[in-house]
Amino acid sequence: MNGDWRKNASHRLSSRLVQAAFLAIVLLVWFLATTKWGVSRILLPNPVNVWHQLVDIVASGAFIPDLRVTLGELAVAFAISMSLGVTIGHLISRSRYWIRVFEPLFAAIYAIPIILFLPLYVLLLGLGPASKIALGATISFFPIVLSTIVGFGHVDRRLLTAARSMGANNIQMFWYVLLPAALPVILAGLRLGFTVALLSVIASETIASFAGLGHHIVDLAENMDTARMFAYIVVVIAIVAFLNAVVSKIEGRARWR
Amino acid sequence: MASAQPAIRVNGVSHQFGEPGEARHVQALLDTSLDVARGELLCLIGPSGCGKSTLLGIMGGLFAPTTGTVAIAGTPVRGPMPRDLAFVFQESALFPWNTVLENVVLGMTFQGVAKAERGPRARRALEAVGLLDFAEHYPAQLSGGMRQRAALARALSLETDILLMDEPFGALDEQTRMVLGEDLSVLLSRSNKTIVFVTHSLGEAVFLADRVAVFSARPGTIKQIIPVDEPHPRKPSFMTAPKFHALRDQLYGLLHDEIRKAISESAQPRRRYGQAGAAETDGGHA
Repeated sequence: MNGDWRKNASHRLSSRLVQAAFLAIVLLVWFLATTKWGVSRILLPNPVNVWHQLVDIVASGAFIPDLRVTLGELAVAFAISMSLGVTIGHLISRSRYWIRVFEPLFAAIYAIPIILFLPLYVLLLGLGPASKIALGATISFFPIVLSTIVGFGHVDRRLLTAARSMGANNIQMFWYVLLPAALPVILAGLRLGFTVALLSVIASETIASFAGLGHHIVDLAENMDTARMFAYIVVVIAIVAFLNAVVSKIEGRARWR
Repeated sequence: MASAQPAIRVNGVSHQFGEPGEARHVQALLDTSLDVARGELLCLIGPSGCGKSTLLGIMGGLFAPTTGTVAIAGTPVRGPMPRDLAFVFQESALFPWNTVLENVVLGMTFQGVAKAERGPRARRALEAVGLLDFAEHYPAQLSGGMRQRAALARALSLETDILLMDEPFGALDEQTRMVLGEDLSVLLSRSNKTIVFVTHSLGEAVFLADRVAVFSARPGTIKQIIPVDEPHPRKPSFMTAPKFHALRDQLYGLLHDEIRKAISESAQPRRRYGQAGAAETDGGHA
């Protein structure tokens, strides 16, 4: 037991080292490509320039208005898909018949690239935040509703029987048996939904929009300000990594398996 | 103290899954009648698929029989009766997200025990099964035998007159099963509960039971009832006594032909088992 643990820890340490080395090599190749191998600075900016731009963006807070737009869209989109997905998923899970009807249907729709609906949403809702919210909500609805159906629909029947034999009423059954049993699966779906909502909001900003981080990145690319564009990409990556860490943390806390 | 009235009366109970003619149709129980006296431990034994677990579920009001009636202390069963009887299932059916103590307390919450009473009663029940030191453990942290003790504690804490046990030690190894059987015998000799215990272990049946009801192969019905005249608590030495072996052999003689029948039947329409299971659990959770 103890030896296993120690082996795991050293295993983890060495894999961390390899990861760090990999990133260092990528940075080095990047640096050499721009300084020694003559790769065009418009296509690939010098990492030092990117770093200066990054410092400027962070220090001046220039990214904050765009960030506010993007996070606002994300929050509304996720709130819509979460409340609709969990509610509809729970209602469907209450009947085997509805599960049989809707689970394959939603799974099939989930498999098509919903971003194809963006032109339609832009046509209907305009270039503002509404079309991004609609797309983000649509895309993230499916993993959430599917995981809710699976979570509630596949609760161990022995637990339901046991609770019923001890006299649990419907409300107690929901709070003490169904919800805790389904929660880990639902939270996994919510995390996935959150990630795809974030991706689709940023992606749709790059395609057709007036504001937001995605919009700003495309703007900089069109002005050939690639060093600043790269710096913005780094900002977005940092924000996404932070949000994902927060969501994973929340998910991990509710896990009992 | 109307001792004339049985704790459980099963009267002409038949049960089928699905309708005749359907592929999933299974006649699980056929015209079974049985009285369980107050304070006795009755074992139901029989080949797999003979309907003994089905009968236990019907006794506990988990599902209604196709025909026939069950009465608990004279009251007809029409659904779960959490105040009169408690179940212990084969796989402990503990809630994995709750600790052992929380599991026991939750059972009493469902049953409707006053809040202040739940904690002390849970502790008493855990002490009785020797699990008080593991009250804060989660089921996954316990061995199979300890999980079954916890499930037993949950059932005991409900303080019902009747305990229905569906192969409670079925998933355990032989040694653990024997030790738990001894503990159960000691526990029961003090509690004066009425117990119906489904098992497929001949030794377990003889060791625990006051009477053993032997089922025929499907469609199951009671073939014979064998009394085991030996006071509780029973000691391990009972297992080596000539009487124990004579009874065990008698049971085996009764079961042998039925088991052969059950095996040869299950070899052909195999899918009926899966279908029967599906029929049993169909219908959504709400």
